[in-house]
Amino acid sequence: MKQSWLYFLRNWQLYILLLGPVAYFLIFKYGPMYGILIAFQDFNLFKGVMGSPWVGFDVFREVFGMSAFYKALRNTFMLNLADLLFSFPAPILLALLLNEITRVRFKKWAQTILYLPHFLSWVIIGGIMLQVFATNTGIVNLLLGHLGIDPIPFLTDKYNWLITYLVVGVWQSAGWGTIIYLAAITGINSELYEAAAMDGAGRFRKMRSITLPGIRPTIVVLLILKIGEIVQISFDRPYVIGNVSVLDFSEVISTFVYKTGVQTANFSLATAVGLFQAVVGIILLLAANRIAKKITGNGVF
Amino acid sequence: MKAVNHRRPHSSAPGIRAFELLNMGIIAVLVILCLAPLLHIASMSLSSNRAILSGEVTVFPLGINFEAYQKIFQDASMIRSLLVSIGLTAGYTALSMLMTVFAAYPLSKRLKGAKFVMFLILFTMFFSGGTIPDYLLIRSLHLTNHLGSLLLPAMINPFFLIILLTFLRSLPSGLLEAAEMDGSSHFHSLVRIVLPLSMPALATLSLFYAVGRWNGFMDALMYITNPNLYPIQLKLYQVVMNSMTNDPLSMQGDQVVSVLPESIKAASIMFATLPILLVYPWLQKYFISGVMIGAVKE
Repeated sequence: MKQSWLYFLRNWQLYILLLGPVAYFLIFKYGPMYGILIAFQDFNLFKGVMGSPWVGFDVFREVFGMSAFYKALRNTFMLNLADLLFSFPAPILLALLLNEITRVRFKKWAQTILYLPHFLSWVIIGGIMLQVFATNTGIVNLLLGHLGIDPIPFLTDKYNWLITYLVVGVWQSAGWGTIIYLAAITGINSELYEAAAMDGAGRFRKMRSITLPGIRPTIVVLLILKIGEIVQISFDRPYVIGNVSVLDFSEVISTFVYKTGVQTANFSLATAVGLFQAVVGIILLLAANRIAKKITGNGVF
Repeated sequence: MKAVNHRRPHSSAPGIRAFELLNMGIIAVLVILCLAPLLHIASMSLSSNRAILSGEVTVFPLGINFEAYQKIFQDASMIRSLLVSIGLTAGYTALSMLMTVFAAYPLSKRLKGAKFVMFLILFTMFFSGGTIPDYLLIRSLHLTNHLGSLLLPAMINPFFLIILLTFLRSLPSGLLEAAEMDGSSHFHSLVRIVLPLSMPALATLSLFYAVGRWNGFMDALMYITNPNLYPIQLKLYQVVMNSMTNDPLSMQGDQVVSVLPESIKAASIMFATLPILLVYPWLQKYFISGVMIGAVKE
């Protein structure tokens, strides 16, 4: 007892420092977890969590009977899968190309510019996109027109919109995504390249037989984690880039929760959807981490 | 670095050159594609009405015209949003850094209870209340239409906390032990020894926090309905996306529309982008070093 008192006396300043952060996590991170209860209630804003009637799993039954929910879920999967096919490999290819550049200044400049879109907000990107891809006045369609191609409704036809969504995603993330692969490439033992050069291996051969295998663990871990996040989707990108005419594809879980919860005040329903997503998400994430751990010998968490 | 220079004589030099040129050509095209949308918007914001209407504007401004910018700078709500965002970003970054340091320093030591606190923090990375419970909490705290709603809920980013923690643990322990031997208090060691040694990490994290706040949109959309408190992203969203009217800056109806909506929108986008473009080239190296510190874990 006395010893622990002495310990506290010696370290009280450290505990004082922790007070603010701990209070922050309790109030703003654990506080909302209490609010999850309303997923099992017929929540009424004026009665609060204490006063609202309990309804068991009724809200979930309602959610699983809604076609709008399934559509949002499908779209979340669809957009994430499409991103996995295009936005995921893009930085790998780009990193391989950047790595082969020997002119240091050129490389620095290229990297500086390629990283830039990562720092722009989705509102800015969405604003740019609306102008650039507009059907009649957008520069892309004007240029296509010079080639004799009819205007393409990039923003208003859902299939074309999907392509726009992907292209914009690659534009925003490919450059920044190379950093982690370039770091992995610098970690490759340079003797391997020297030995390969001795054996007369050309650049393509070295890229294929040394560089790619060298970054394979990084690729695998990132890929598994991405798959683990397949039910998670950010809000800004689909919300800002989507529009009413492509809602059939652009409505995802995050935007659905916002619209049913905040906009139409159906709090219980939106919370239930969010809880469903969080639970599925955590299961997938833990599974993904376990697989990553098996493959690489150490996990990410 | 890499062993590209250790070429064997028989690996044909012209082939290498051709490859190098082709590769640089591809990268150059990608760089241009990367910049083109921004250059196009910048050109639209600066071109004459005639050039815009005829669809001739590509990536160079035609017939220089500053009227769109004049209109934006005359619009009090736009300037106000800019000021809100500047103040918000400064305040948020300072607060977040303070709290992140307050959390990371004790946790970097073998402190009783630190493991539990760490678990408390890590758990929130996997599981959170979700959008609606967050929203209801902010409502019940009467923080809607209050800038506190944009400062407090995301005060500490656990990822950044871990980055700082990793950094602090990598500091040479001898210095701190020596200071403690001399009877220096924890506060004293933090301010005199730890913080000065951590400047690169602190700079990186400040920038991450600042960019996150500057670009933040969803929380403002949910919590702020009073136009006087709109941060720049929300204001831009209103101008660029929501307006179906001819004049996105909602001027009085009897005014003659002398500036095209396209150029107003383009100028508004540039207005919100310029602060990022101005700081970006100088700060880029800090951003990258931050990713590297974070990548050590992966």
